[in-house]
Amino acid sequence: MAAEGGTQTSSDYILHHLANLTYGKLPAGYVRDGQALSTDTWTFAHTAQEASDMGFMAIHVDSMMWSIGLAIVLGILFLIAAKKVTPGVPKGFVGFIEMVVEFIDNTVKDTFPYRSKFVAPLALTIFTWVFMMNAMDLVPVDWLPMLAAKLSGDPHLYFKVVPTTDPNITLGMAFTVFFLMIFFTIKNKGFMGFVKELTLHPFHHPLMIPFNFVLEAISWIAKPISLGLRLFGNLYAGEMIFILIAIMYGAGWALGLFAGVLQWGWAVFHILVIALQAFVFMVLTLVYMSMAHEVDEQH
Amino acid sequence: MGLALISVALLIGLGALGTAIGFALLGGKLLDGTARQPEMAPMLQGKMFLIAGLLDAVPMIGVGIAMYILFVVAPGLS
Repeated sequence: MAAEGGTQTSSDYILHHLANLTYGKLPAGYVRDGQALSTDTWTFAHTAQEASDMGFMAIHVDSMMWSIGLAIVLGILFLIAAKKVTPGVPKGFVGFIEMVVEFIDNTVKDTFPYRSKFVAPLALTIFTWVFMMNAMDLVPVDWLPMLAAKLSGDPHLYFKVVPTTDPNITLGMAFTVFFLMIFFTIKNKGFMGFVKELTLHPFHHPLMIPFNFVLEAISWIAKPISLGLRLFGNLYAGEMIFILIAIMYGAGWALGLFAGVLQWGWAVFHILVIALQAFVFMVLTLVYMSMAHEVDEQH
Repeated sequence: MGLALISVALLIGLGALGTAIGFALLGGKLLDGTARQPEMAPMLQGKMFLIAGLLDAVPMIGVGIAMYILFVVAPGLS
């Protein structure tokens, strides 16, 4: 993936480490490694340039694999815990899972005062899944890709390990929450209720409808975007600093040792950031859900 | 091309400045609140971390966009 031959400059290293493993369609006649492609070929992009040329019809295989994989691992973990749960005092693993569920349950009860069978499981899923995806950031940048490259024998195989550093994943989750907000608003307040909320909200006067609508539309659009970009920004910056530290390992003994200390320090701080961002994502989802379920003020 | 570098510096610098002041005030108020009512300390700390997480969004989005500018929009700079 990186420029072949010659010593790798640090910017090559950074650019190389920012490229997702993309699988997409290269149009016929696309010049690749010197020769043009005869037909539309679905293939893994070799360089970041090819990945961007694939345009819309391309999937970040690494983000998808890691996120779905972690979701399956979590599902299995919770399934095992659910099977082993006993009315008595929980031990070890089941105790830990119960602690997590209780923590989430208390937060949901504080933030979401309405009855809903869907919101608490949603909060649990979001918190644990986002936390697990973020926790992948603690694994040093090069370990897993190098391991995979050795196993698969293809020295150029590289993939980004942390799914949440891919804006598609975080914005995807944020916009799912956005559509859930719309769905629950319509379910609880009826379509007219939704329209009223958009047009009559701050100033309850028909003349002010355009002004209200602009105000409400902006605040509705800002929610998913800020929700998604917050998680993305934190993790992307965190991983960027890990990459910068990783460059220092290649620069001789003294700097390597210093980089080790830096990496340890930043990883410890990053544990707080990981948990905090997962918690904030969950709490904001709960706040948005409780806004959608709020029906008590009459218009 | 140099302008992109200036924009990156501004994005990260001003974002960090604002957040630093914000966190300092937040921390100060937490200590005031805890001093006034020590038994409320855990709850106050929980709320502080929640708001710290929310506050973190602004500079982090700035840093995210700055990194994007630095490495994708103008890769020649780094």
